[in-house]
Amino acid sequence: MVVKTLTINDRLISARESETILEAARDADIHIPTLCHLEGVSDIGACRLCLVEIAGSSQLQPACVTKVAEGMEIQTNSERLQKYRRMIIEMLFAEGNHICAVCVANGNCELQDLAVEMGMDSVSLTYQFPQRTVDLSHERFGIDHNRCVLCTRCVRVCDEIEGAHTWDMAGRGHSSHVITDLNQPWGTADSCTSCGKCLMACPTGAIFSQGSTVGEMSKERSKLEFITIARKKGEWVSR
Amino acid sequence: MNKLKLATVWLGGCSGCHMSFLDLDEWLIDLAAKVELVYSPLADIKEYPEGVDLVLVEGAVANEDNLELIKKVRDRSSILVSFGDCAVTGNVTAMRNPVGEPESFLQRCYLEAADIQNQIPHEPGIVPTLLDRVLPVHHIVDVDVYLPGCPPNADRIRAALEMLLRGEVSRLTGESIRFG
Repeated sequence: MVVKTLTINDRLISARESETILEAARDADIHIPTLCHLEGVSDIGACRLCLVEIAGSSQLQPACVTKVAEGMEIQTNSERLQKYRRMIIEMLFAEGNHICAVCVANGNCELQDLAVEMGMDSVSLTYQFPQRTVDLSHERFGIDHNRCVLCTRCVRVCDEIEGAHTWDMAGRGHSSHVITDLNQPWGTADSCTSCGKCLMACPTGAIFSQGSTVGEMSKERSKLEFITIARKKGEWVSR
Repeated sequence: MNKLKLATVWLGGCSGCHMSFLDLDEWLIDLAAKVELVYSPLADIKEYPEGVDLVLVEGAVANEDNLELIKKVRDRSSILVSFGDCAVTGNVTAMRNPVGEPESFLQRCYLEAADIQNQIPHEPGIVPTLLDRVLPVHHIVDVDVYLPGCPPNADRIRAALEMLLRGEVSRLTGESIRFG
């Protein structure tokens, strides 16, 4: 095991060569906000919330997909980064239709928590009010695209942990959205095992249990965590 | 000593924020000693007065009346607080926006979804004309302080008012800005 030494926020830390900046920071109890990152599945650096400054580079790098290197000098919470992060959250709120007051995930939502963390008391951007759909064709779950932030955690958890790959992305830019199977109603998606991992992985109220009302959709991430840890340790996979 | 002139305004919202304001309970008595309530849906005053020191604005800007009033409120007030999620984000009031033009959702709500007496309200001069889009207050006029929440609970309102009564006007942070 090769160990690298680096500084994060002027603190000297050491990390394994294979670790990302995000992992190294978390090991050292240094908080870096994330949204598309989910413990146990691959990282894609999509949400840009974990961007950090690395001395010597004018480009900001996503901590979740950037490996540590010897002598790296990293800043995780500069004024510039705070400004960008707040802007990212504002963009997410302006892009979809996020109405916390009537959302199943009110009080249990990572987007809502991030807004508090970034000090977002209002959105300065123009709200888009897109026309998006709700799919309730699945017998137990539903997806409300109005609340989707396109983090693709559902796609990755379904593919990498459940191994079903029911979820995927379709469309480009403004019309990007998650789909089930061949862009068909979720209830008709044959590959879906109804395991509910997508629901547990979803950071907002986009994927929810039918019958849950405002504020009721608390996520059971501990179940997901158990599954990923068990998988990593090979506790239940017959090899 | 001149008392601080306080106003509260009700635009496109459910009045839940005003109900939450009344939840201040006995602190309202302390507040009454420090302020003069010069305009409010809780008081019978017809015209928004000049020289208001502090105003709490509940609700989004949804119709012509709201639009006219909020401009007048801005002109005549020193500190304007965007009070509750509808004022801050549009919230539930703005849920009609994705449906499109007012005609589309009026038809949906008052004709298609109605059980009896299906008709679109039409009383010129009484029922104000709806704007094409519901907008948060700060998209129309400058806002000094945002106090989100649906509704912001009494503790949040009190903390914000205490800050403002001390003459401080700064951004709220932490749990007092949580939406929903």
